Amino acid sequence: MTRPAARGGRGLLLEVVMAGCAVAFVFPLYVLLMVALKRPQDVATNVLAPPSSVYWGNLAEAWSSAEMGKALVNSTVVTSLSVMMLVLTGSLASFALARWKRGLGYGVFLLFVLGLVIPLQLGMIPLYQLMRDAGLLKTYTSLIVFYTGHELPLTVFLYSGFLRALPRAYEEAAYVDGATAFQAFRRVVFPMLRPVTGTVIILNALFIWNDFLTPMLYVSGTAQQTVPVAVFSFVGEYSSDWGIIFAGLAIAVAPILVLYFVFQRHIIKGFAGGLKG
Amino acid sequence: MTLQLSRPSAGSRHASAARSGRRGPRRGWLFVVPALFFYGLVVLYPSVAGAVYAFTDWSGLGSQVNPVGLANFGRLLGDAEAVGSLWNTLLLAVALMIVQNVIGLALALALDTAIRGRNLLRTLFFAPAVLPPLVIGVLWKYVYSPGGPLDGLLAAFGLEGLQQSWLGDESLALWSVVVAIVWQHAGLSMVIFLAGLQGVPKELYEAAALDGASRRQRFRYVTLPLLAPATTITLVLTMITGLKLFDQVFAMTGGGPGYATETLSLNMYKQAFVLNDYSYGTALALVLTMIVAFISFLQLKVLRRLEVEA
Repeated sequence: MTRPAARGGRGLLLEVVMAGCAVAFVFPLYVLLMVALKRPQDVATNVLAPPSSVYWGNLAEAWSSAEMGKALVNSTVVTSLSVMMLVLTGSLASFALARWKRGLGYGVFLLFVLGLVIPLQLGMIPLYQLMRDAGLLKTYTSLIVFYTGHELPLTVFLYSGFLRALPRAYEEAAYVDGATAFQAFRRVVFPMLRPVTGTVIILNALFIWNDFLTPMLYVSGTAQQTVPVAVFSFVGEYSSDWGIIFAGLAIAVAPILVLYFVFQRHIIKGFAGGLKG
Repeated sequence: MTLQLSRPSAGSRHASAARSGRRGPRRGWLFVVPALFFYGLVVLYPSVAGAVYAFTDWSGLGSQVNPVGLANFGRLLGDAEAVGSLWNTLLLAVALMIVQNVIGLALALALDTAIRGRNLLRTLFFAPAVLPPLVIGVLWKYVYSPGGPLDGLLAAFGLEGLQQSWLGDESLALWSVVVAIVWQHAGLSMVIFLAGLQGVPKELYEAAALDGASRRQRFRYVTLPLLAPATTITLVLTMITGLKLFDQVFAMTGGGPGYATETLSLNMYKQAFVLNDYSYGTALALVLTMIVAFISFLQLKVLRRLEVEA
């Protein structure tokens, strides 16, 4: 084994290098917070220094003129309803597909998984027209329908992997007791899916909350716009008034960062385990 | 349909259980209908329609749609902007795949030791990955701005000579974009590698050490082969993400200066939604789809074979 002395020296060097990496990683976030809390005239004079005194004006201005409050509500509504739809439709479909593995059932499963490699761009224009012709543009519904369909491949993929490994004895016991397939799913199988449902919620909620292109096409400039769209229109409006722009960015990322630091263990596990399927 | 009403005897109950065990849930296909409806509406139908429109002269406005064969693709080959965006896309994706995974692996190896504060470091390195890509783009646009934080940082270390027009220089802009996206996603590669490393049994290292394997040999012959599945996942994932890149580039450079950072996604968006050239836009999207499908298929094939041999 390695000599203790060498290990100690090596260990210290590693810690110093990693501390350097940590500073480099935090630097852009430090910039974000610092510019948001500086007086406009101080931003240009000294780029790196922290503000001499904390200035809340940017945040107040961003909050009122970018209607960030409204955007946060919109994003919350769209994200939570879409995730709910995904959990319901995805778990139900995966249950049937995992128990119906041959022939058509397997074909349908492959059809869903194919969605993982189809880029959004291919169907973007026909889907936009479909939404427009259905009169759904500028509504929450357009986004919720979009996210439900668009994120089903990942959702079905995650649920199916978990369901295949789940013993069937529990649901068979429910059938013995006279349950219908739906009752067995709702009372026996769905509660056992809890760990993977957590992963499904985390991955989809983050994707939906952060997504930009589709909401820009569907709800940009309306009262229904989500946080990234509000931020973008705000950036255009204030072009180089970085203090106010960054105040907008800070409001946009604050809820995600708070949730991230609270649930970081689960979130990181969701990404590490969920994506490798 | 409830069997409870008839209260079957014990014997027939077992028989019916065995039957449903064989057949799976009855009318199970009904459970797939809601998901298929949304998936068909949002992904299947529009994607097929998009692929078909790529072979027409559809303008998106009138109902006039004529088949034009490969005309849109011929036009693409002669369109310097489109060909440039194709190269940029491939270059970005390959650069990201390499740089992001090398850094991700290095961070993972460092955090897989008894280093102090590893949980905090892991949380910090992963943090950018949860932020909106659009916000990342705006943030880095400022970091790179002339006289901005990056220039300020260089000046603080007396390195004014290294200050650049990070996003304004045509030969530099694409690499500046790569750095910003690596910053955002390195943590994601890191956690995938970390999960792989934590799956390597400690006994294997001890056995190798007992057999006199050096630190480097242990890495080469124990760690790397066992990391192969994690490597496959993160390489395919970063490649696909890189090929589809839109938000960050859109916010940081808008494809400029000139077309120096224009990606296929960006070009497609511009053709379809700014210039209203729908059929050409779908042709670009179809090319992107083919590239994504081909490269991920190739990657999976090659990498899976390496996994078996390892």
